[in-house]
Amino acid sequence: MPERKAKAKKPRLIQGNEACTYGALYAGCSFYAGYPITPSSEIMELMSRELPKTEGVFIQMEDEIASISAVIGAAWAGKKAMTATSGPGFSLMQEGIGYAAITETPCVIVNSQRWGPSTGQPTKTAQGDVMQAIWGTHGDHPVIVLTASHVRDVFEMTVTAFNFSEQYRVPVILLLDEVLSHMRENVCLPEPGERNLIERQRPARADGFKPFKDLTFLPFGAGARFNVTGMAHDEDGFPAQAAEADRQLRRIMNKIHQNVEKVALYEELHLDDARVLIVTYGITSRAAENAVEELRAEGVPVGLVNLKTLWPFPDFLFERLGQNVSHLLVPELNLGQLVREVKRAVQGRWLTVEHLGRVDGSLITPQQIVEAIHQLTGTKIPKEGVQQC
Amino acid sequence: MLREQYSEYLRSEELPSVWCPGCGNGIIVKALVNAIAALSLRRDDVVLVGGIGCSGRTPFILDFNTMHTTHGRALAFATGIKLARPELKVIVAMGDGDASAIGGNHFIHACRRNIDLAAIIFNNAIYGQTGGQLAPTTPQGKRSTTSLLGTIEPNFDLCKLALGAGAGFVARTTVFDFHELIETLTRALTHKGFSVVEALTPCPTYFGRMNDLREPYEMLHYLKDQTIPQALEDVPDEAAQMKRLPTGIFKDEQRMEYTELYSQLCKAAKGAAVSSSE
Repeated sequence: MPERKAKAKKPRLIQGNEACTYGALYAGCSFYAGYPITPSSEIMELMSRELPKTEGVFIQMEDEIASISAVIGAAWAGKKAMTATSGPGFSLMQEGIGYAAITETPCVIVNSQRWGPSTGQPTKTAQGDVMQAIWGTHGDHPVIVLTASHVRDVFEMTVTAFNFSEQYRVPVILLLDEVLSHMRENVCLPEPGERNLIERQRPARADGFKPFKDLTFLPFGAGARFNVTGMAHDEDGFPAQAAEADRQLRRIMNKIHQNVEKVALYEELHLDDARVLIVTYGITSRAAENAVEELRAEGVPVGLVNLKTLWPFPDFLFERLGQNVSHLLVPELNLGQLVREVKRAVQGRWLTVEHLGRVDGSLITPQQIVEAIHQLTGTKIPKEGVQQC
Repeated sequence: MLREQYSEYLRSEELPSVWCPGCGNGIIVKALVNAIAALSLRRDDVVLVGGIGCSGRTPFILDFNTMHTTHGRALAFATGIKLARPELKVIVAMGDGDASAIGGNHFIHACRRNIDLAAIIFNNAIYGQTGGQLAPTTPQGKRSTTSLLGTIEPNFDLCKLALGAGAGFVARTTVFDFHELIETLTRALTHKGFSVVEALTPCPTYFGRMNDLREPYEMLHYLKDQTIPQALEDVPDEAAQMKRLPTGIFKDEQRMEYTELYSQLCKAAKGAAVSSSE
């Protein structure tokens, strides 16, 4: 995997949740509201320690609904704001995420995924919230969903989450998982100034500012005195119906989907000569990388795509796949979620798409992926069956 | 206050409001504008946050920084705004269902934190916007579209709830007592800390029609007859038997306010960070 350059000298042994917190602070996050939940709580603990030192705001709210609501309020008061949670809390936050989406509020929501549904297994990992992250709140709505594969990646993707949310005025959801949150790795964090940070675009003048016309933003108290509402609204923030509601919803969807090539980040390996492609994301990409090495050593022409952005989905990437790719394998820690998007993206092409799912709370191993590829390509007799979907 | 002075605070293009003829919400808005004018608050420095329901529409018609939030969460949004910009005056307009049913959790915690927000509860004792359903504030025995035979549920006393949860300023009045309402709101806006003003307001469209008080003036008289200016713990037996709600300012006590305490915490955290690095 090509790694981003980190110029900082001193490596530090830190946890994924710490990397997330440091990434947020690096990006300029100055407001955090949250509620305790495993496996994300360390983010909140570290925020409570760090934010007051720089006069940033930390508050532990009464529940996750209050947390996301306070985050949105703070964003409209001008702060870069975030919250972090896990499945049950993420379910509660859907109401606020919808409000953030329709009001085009820049904010970051971190969801460290655990085994679900419901209370599930709080200390066991999963990638079961992918579809919820994309479609969890009601109605068509724009969101950006990012993920990360290793501890330094968590730092980088947290910075990216803030940048995208500021640039496009959209809630950005960063999906981690229990293992990535708690795993410790030696990382070099970038020095201040090494990463480009994006700030909200300000309109030229407060007078006549239209808060829901484009990506420009003014906070409360800046002299514009506009209205913000979760109702369908016009450019001034007052209730709108019919054609205007239609136009506004299409506009906020398009601002994400028309920029898919800028927002959809991914890493690729051996794409040039691959005949079999593993499409992976998050923590599962670690096993997939090992599997690729092993299969390449055997002479299997396998390649890998590691999606850093899960939504908007990079259809363009699949449209550009070479004719020699005949098989796709999508390993993920669920019973078939992102694989549906992959199947949709390759619809009409002569490709076999298979899913490898695991939902016992443990990670998919490189060996499972190697065996799945063997079965898929008929190169070896498999020991275990590949899950059909 | 003169008509021209009111219009300075109103978004005339958003009028008329969605409120029914005979609704008391406009009287609360008028009293609020009076209080804000009396205190000479700059419109740019005021943030008005509303929840969902009839009262939640208040932000649309007033010319401040305004936010119409989600059902029950107005206080949580307002908490984020106030913490991020403590210099702004943040006022929250909620309905009774908004504040005490779906938003009950946020309400008690805002009282407990004592963050400097002025919360006005427009209490019409019913869910008006959704068509007259039972609220936690509907008096026991009264009818609604979901309690046609009269509700068997006891109702909340929102002021007792606020006092129990620790709010620094707690008051109740009615739209019948307009001047008292202005005075109460003015004091609530001056109070440094979490202040709760429960304003009883008539809903002739639903509460009235369901409970033989069809005419707006009948409902106003009902509010007058239902209340009694008294200390909370001091209700005469006869009034208690008639279930007359005490009105007045029940508490106005300064205690350390949340954003001030937070500012002190930041100084302590900075000091500790400096000393540990030395």
